[in-house]
Amino acid sequence: MNSIDALKELLYKMADDQLIIGHRNSEWTGLGPILEEDIAFSSMAQDKIGQSEHLYNLLNQLGEADADTVAFTRNANQFHSSKLVELPIGDYSFSLIRHFLFDFSEYLRFEALRSSAYEPLAQVSKKFFGEIKYHTMHANTWVNQLGNGNEESHRKMQESLNFAWNYALGIFEPGPAENILVDEYIFIGEESLKNRWLDTIIPLLKKSGLTIPSEDTWKPIYGGRTGVHSENLQPLLEEMTEVYSIDPSADW
Amino acid sequence: MDKKSNQAIESIDPRITRAKIQQTGDKSDMEDLAHFQTFEVFHQNKRGAQHKHVGIVHAPNPDMALLYAKEQYARREVTANLWVVPSSCISATEYSDDDIFSTTPEKKYRNPASYKVIDRINAFKERGSKPTDQV
Repeated sequence: MNSIDALKELLYKMADDQLIIGHRNSEWTGLGPILEEDIAFSSMAQDKIGQSEHLYNLLNQLGEADADTVAFTRNANQFHSSKLVELPIGDYSFSLIRHFLFDFSEYLRFEALRSSAYEPLAQVSKKFFGEIKYHTMHANTWVNQLGNGNEESHRKMQESLNFAWNYALGIFEPGPAENILVDEYIFIGEESLKNRWLDTIIPLLKKSGLTIPSEDTWKPIYGGRTGVHSENLQPLLEEMTEVYSIDPSADW
Repeated sequence: MDKKSNQAIESIDPRITRAKIQQTGDKSDMEDLAHFQTFEVFHQNKRGAQHKHVGIVHAPNPDMALLYAKEQYARREVTANLWVVPSSCISATEYSDDDIFSTTPEKKYRNPASYKVIDRINAFKERGSKPTDQV
């Protein structure tokens, strides 16, 4: 694997994560707990889909098909997204915990990539940094609010955190040629990113009255990066591409 | 109460059907939000400019109110800063006392255009823009 292939692998997993979680979170549109939250959560979902488009455009510049084709014509086994993002929305506590765990990893990923030696990626990362920063503020405020809320809200958040934890560790599934990216200063690598992520979220969760599962139970759920997905992804893709499948030229 | 009250809503939108929303009849969801309050939102478009009132958000505390204010009022506007203030902190005049404002339109003498200085301004304009020692 050369550095272009390694770079493509990085861009695909980032773009696919954004697209799939963006689509999942958009499932709350019209169903959010209150109007203001519905608008905020939908708007962030839209941000993520917009970010994925920019990343697919970078892939397009590297010789891959255009963004719509890549987003709408692949099957589940061609997606590089983590298994965390394809899980159904569950109840709101799960969607918030996923938003918290995923978005902090994304925030730190973009933060590291702002100084990437691959200039187009560094530029995109700088451009989106403010957006993703807001997403983490939103996530952290909610987790804090509900983690420190009443007995019921605390319990739901803790249960969702316990359930999501090993999936979240799966975000950091090592890539096949990460050493090339690290050597060429394109990306810091998943292991370093995971350590930054743990250092960031553990104190925040503690402040929110929540505890991460004990380390001897950690079992990262991998597979997503190599196209091995749960039964949840293909139905999502079918729903997402329903209009495109009927009329690929449809616009609105 | 509706006969279907215990059935989940079925919709052509698969998200709605999946959400298994019960038709709950007469209970108001607002009861669950009694601990929420409204916040007045003030928007500043650049540093140094005045914050202008743009509307309200409904939120349980100031932190959440700021999050929502950003999405409701700063999503499509150039924004430098936002303030939120609990609506309960606002003191207002009574509409029944609005007669205290009734003579305002008559007080034309408060309009700068009516000041005597206008004579001197006109005199200045007549002289043109030439510099002069005496104005």
